[in-house]
Amino acid sequence: MKIAVCVKQVPDTWAEKRLKPEDSTLDRESAEGVLNELDEYAVEEALRLVEAQGGEVVVVSMGPERAGETVRKALSMGADAGIHIVDDALHGSDAIATSAALAKALDGRGFDLIVFGSESTDARMSVVPAMVAERLGLPQLTFAQKVEVDGSTVRIERQTEYGFDSVEASAPAVVSVVEKINEPRYPSFKGIMAAKKKPVETLSIADLGLEPAGVGLGAAWSNVAEFAARPPKAAGTVVADDGQGGVKIAEFLSQQKFI
Amino acid sequence: MSEILVLVEHSDGSVKKVTLELLTLARSLGTPSAVWLGTGADAAALATLGEYGAEKVYVADSADLDDYLIAPKAEVLASLIASTSPKAVLLASTADGKEIAGRVAIKADSGVITDAVGVDADLTATQSVFGGSTIVKSKVSRGTPIITVRPNSTAPEAAPASGARSDVAVSVSDAAKSARVTGRTVAQRGGRPDLAEAAIVVSGGRGVGGAEGFGVVEALADTLGAAVGASRAATDAGWYPHQFQVGQTGKTVSPQLYIANGISGAIQHRAGMQTSKTIVVVNKDPEAPIFELADFGVVGDLFTVVPQLTDEIGKRKA
Ligand SMILES: Cc1cc2nc3c(=O)[nH]c(=O)nc-3n(C[C@H](O)[C@H](O)[C@H](O)COP(=O)(O)OP(=O)(O)OC[C@H]3O[C@@H](n4cnc5c(N)ncnc54)[C@H](O)[C@@H]3O)c2cc1C
Ligand SMILES: Nc1ncnc2c1ncn2[C@@H]1O[C@H](COP(=O)(O)O)[C@@H](O)[C@H]1O
Repeated sequence: MKIAVCVKQVPDTWAEKRLKPEDSTLDRESAEGVLNELDEYAVEEALRLVEAQGGEVVVVSMGPERAGETVRKALSMGADAGIHIVDDALHGSDAIATSAALAKALDGRGFDLIVFGSESTDARMSVVPAMVAERLGLPQLTFAQKVEVDGSTVRIERQTEYGFDSVEASAPAVVSVVEKINEPRYPSFKGIMAAKKKPVETLSIADLGLEPAGVGLGAAWSNVAEFAARPPKAAGTVVADDGQGGVKIAEFLSQQKFI
Repeated sequence: MSEILVLVEHSDGSVKKVTLELLTLARSLGTPSAVWLGTGADAAALATLGEYGAEKVYVADSADLDDYLIAPKAEVLASLIASTSPKAVLLASTADGKEIAGRVAIKADSGVITDAVGVDADLTATQSVFGGSTIVKSKVSRGTPIITVRPNSTAPEAAPASGARSDVAVSVSDAAKSARVTGRTVAQRGGRPDLAEAAIVVSGGRGVGGAEGFGVVEALADTLGAAVGASRAATDAGWYPHQFQVGQTGKTVSPQLYIANGISGAIQHRAGMQTSKTIVVVNKDPEAPIFELADFGVVGDLFTVVPQLTDEIGKRKA
């Protein structure tokens, strides 16, 4: 089984994220970049499937030069090889362009499964997996809390509002996973050393057969008109419970017309 | 030309509240037409859509739309966009809504904006990003604007319109019928409103101390007609079912009122509730970061404060 895992480098969850005034894109330099937490679950799930059934895991990431660290991180967890799509023309790409580049890089390489995290912690759109499925004409098995591969049949439990749906498709398929699916492993020292020698292919947009004019900030199909820090919330009232804390909340709720 | 398509969210034949919000919002942008994909559009459902301003209700009544994941819905919606050339398309910012929007954007060669909390008459969408720290206004610059809007962004108001049914012929391609839904498992949910849609959410975290501890949270929720939420610490510990988790990897909620009990306010939790209009906090640690978000907070033990609050609301109601 040949599995691709798409991973994204995002600013550290705890870092204060901000947009750059020049072009309204995310300031990726000011914060430490980390492997998107939710993509760790995707890497873990792919590794478990291959450990059980044999095969190979290839991580795929689109991002600036230093996103290479994120590819190495996934390799140190145990993935076999990496593909890094890096090109200055991609700066500012929206989900539509990102999905186009990923789809081109993934197409024709014989992957049985293409696994994603369910959301990037910076963009928080949860649309890239569905868009890649659309572009590649593959079945979409997203928001999986459980994945089972049985020959060429892939079954998942899709997390829903009220519980889960059981969904089934034939490989090749696109899968995205939610965080309750597994517990990602930490890279071992051996894994970190081994990752240094694993092959990483870098691809430019020319390699993918995409036009510079079709990707990046200039080609985004939606544009940020303006942005501002949220006006600071007027400091609320915080009181210590003096035995009347519950009553005080009730008074507040009644002033606010909730009761 | 000023038709606004609103994709209806429905379950078991009834229209979800978020759809009524989207119809209300759509009226400030143009003339709303509702789009019902799947089976179950009965007269009552159509009447509700008309009551909230749908001039037309496009109905694509086909089991294929229920039995296969996402792709068939995207196909039908994209063909409807091609035939009606709407000014914009509004969907709910739910997992399904966003995925349908993403696929439709590619098919319709259009830009997409997700998680809007408001849309202006010129179709500028407002988003609240980075855990609510930044407000972004953006606009689709290509094709038909496709915008997903968070539940509770607009107060639903009735404004009766004809709600005339217009049946749409459905032919879903075989390619779109590739991911088949073979079963639906519904965890029990005890008659409370939907978490994502509720106007009031009362939630509990590690401070609740155990499954039994959720009793005080539920009692408060029930006097307020609220939904119950939980932090990941509480769902991971098995004290409350996973589908009620609020946060980055759970539900994003944006209610009128959010009451956080025994929750510290980790960044991943805040990501899912920060846009709530009014936030009330009960926590015994005055340093808990959740107090930064509080409109009103009490530093105290939730096991005394919350039952007292529940009683007091009961008295005031009586
Ligand atoms: C990838 C990833 C995704 C995550 N996604 C989510 C998510 O979606 N949602 C989420 O919530 N978390 C998420 N988390 C976890 C998050 O980081 C925190 O661990 C979690 O939110 C903590 O939950 P808590 O506030 O209930 O617990 P704690 O941080 O332990 O806080 C408990 C609070 O209760 C107070 N308390 C204790 N006893 C009482 C009492 N008797 N009365 C009053 N107050 C009391 C304490 O003072 C404390 O402030 C995620 C983490 C990761 C790594
Ligand atoms: N630049 C990228 N490179 C590789 N994978 C990505 C990239 N952006 C998004 N993804 C994948 O798509 C998922 C959903 O991202 P999003 O739609 O941005 O929330 C992520 O969890 C990743 O698996």
